[in-house]
Amino acid sequence: MTGEEIFADTIARDQRVEPRDWMPDGYRQTLIRQIAQHAHSEIIGMQPEGEWITRAPSLRRKAILLAKVQDEAGHGLYLYSAAETLGADRGDLTQRLIEGRQKYSSIFNYPTLSFADVGVIGWLVDGAAICNQVPLCRSSFGPYARAMIRICKEESFHQRQGYELLMTMMGGTPEQRDMVQDAVDRWWWPSLMMFGPPDADSPNSARSMAWKIKRHSNDELRQRFVDMSVPQAEALGVTLPDPELRWNAEREHYDFGTPDWSELQRVITGDGPLNRQRIARRRQADSDGAWVREAAAAYAEKQRSAGNGSGR
Amino acid sequence: MAFDDAYGALTDHDDDARWAYGTGFTDPLAGVPSGLPDGVDRADLTAYCLMLGDDALVMSHRLQQWVTRAPELEDELALANIGLDLLGQARLLLTRAGEAEGAGRDEDALAYGRDPGEFRNVRLAERADADFAHLMARLLVFATWRLALFDRLAGSSDQMLAAIAAKGVKELTYHRDYAAQWVVRLGDGTALSHERMAAAVTAVLPLVEELFQPHEVELRLTAAGVAVDPAALRPEFDAVLTQVLAAATIEAGPVRAVAAGTGRGGEHTEALTEILAELQQLARAVPGGSW
Repeated sequence: MTGEEIFADTIARDQRVEPRDWMPDGYRQTLIRQIAQHAHSEIIGMQPEGEWITRAPSLRRKAILLAKVQDEAGHGLYLYSAAETLGADRGDLTQRLIEGRQKYSSIFNYPTLSFADVGVIGWLVDGAAICNQVPLCRSSFGPYARAMIRICKEESFHQRQGYELLMTMMGGTPEQRDMVQDAVDRWWWPSLMMFGPPDADSPNSARSMAWKIKRHSNDELRQRFVDMSVPQAEALGVTLPDPELRWNAEREHYDFGTPDWSELQRVITGDGPLNRQRIARRRQADSDGAWVREAAAAYAEKQRSAGNGSGR
Repeated sequence: MAFDDAYGALTDHDDDARWAYGTGFTDPLAGVPSGLPDGVDRADLTAYCLMLGDDALVMSHRLQQWVTRAPELEDELALANIGLDLLGQARLLLTRAGEAEGAGRDEDALAYGRDPGEFRNVRLAERADADFAHLMARLLVFATWRLALFDRLAGSSDQMLAAIAAKGVKELTYHRDYAAQWVVRLGDGTALSHERMAAAVTAVLPLVEELFQPHEVELRLTAAGVAVDPAALRPEFDAVLTQVLAAATIEAGPVRAVAAGTGRGGEHTEALTEILAELQQLARAVPGGSW
């Protein structure tokens, strides 16, 4: 069989494609783009919650939040590594991010206005991410699928921690309950938008589904998320800000309203509340750290030359 | 597959071990006797635990401020890790301080309820870092000093303090190693990094003297077998610093210690006021809140 036939056969039999296998160039490029965007999302996603680490109102919550943000850096690291198995370079991908040539999840362009946002991000944003990512554990590209298994496990802990924070706050003062409801009001619709545009407007989806990089359509995943979130909101005692939300016995799913797709479009194209600040922070860290990375490279080079001299 | 029910984990409460910190605070010192050693003054033990706890809490805060600002992803992970270790040490020590005090204050009451003048950390811990070289210089000094201290404190007659110190030794060994590697890399890297690393060492060294000045509480508790006399740590500290700075090709010039009191006595710089304003802001804004 030719490389092309082996690839088609691997996909057909639901087996994994590995980095050294032959693969179509479009498959490679699609994966690099998707994995890099996912990695960028983890790294930019550290910022909204990271804002609250130093101000966390108890030492236990501080430890949980710091550990969570650290996990996100770890996810970014192994996703960049997965992209590197396809021939990409982490430094180059970072440049693409800070020059605006590659995207990250638009959800992280919204601000975190209170500590309840930390809980709601865990519950809804991580919840939506899990819905998106669980099927990726069966993605046809091996390194990506394996990274996703580990990431999904950690994300589900984060989600539980977020939900537990909200439960605790709902048991607190009236002011705290208002903070939770306000955060839910602000994050619900952006969370629904995390699944991407409606299927009819999602240009890359069909090919990714055929290659089994992607397993479910945007609308399927969005419905699944709504169905899971509604009982959670009831248990928590908050109202989801959608007057059209109701159980449809015929479909056996919840009906829900239409997100403001023009808002998603604006956020994606760079005009969300914090797009510029998020990228500026990342660019600042990258340029502030340049002299450190150069020093590390120079030192390693000196060690290498010294090592060569002694016969290594 | 099981993962397809993303929310299943929400109702599954039997896998706490897979959480970084669990849903509750599981006591890493469970089973260690919490009684006070004979003949030890409660106020002294409380003050001593606050000194060591505040050092860790304040240093951890400075590390938390670096999150999303590290020069490389690997360092992002390392700095968060070190910040978490120190936060963990702070929680155990403040909890112990509350027990010794016997007035019902827990770790949060002590972290969020005290004003700057009641903090007992050394001034080294509160210093802001002008750049990554300053952070590494400060971390090297802090971890080297604290490791030498915890090594000895593991033999304390207060079994709780001994257990906290024994747990901390492993962590601090890593912190010291991480900082030392960066001090060497930056010192012996490029001309620019050498200049910045040397400037950072020059800036931090005046804060070193204070680390070895015994407070009267430390002296009384050392006599009681509970604490460690900080002056005894100096030879080990000097040996390590000399070795690392030599490898980093940095010459430490003559050092003049910062004057005017010590953090152990509650005398601080405005840096601590800034840290506490940030640390305590939300907790104080919602009195009676549950988090």
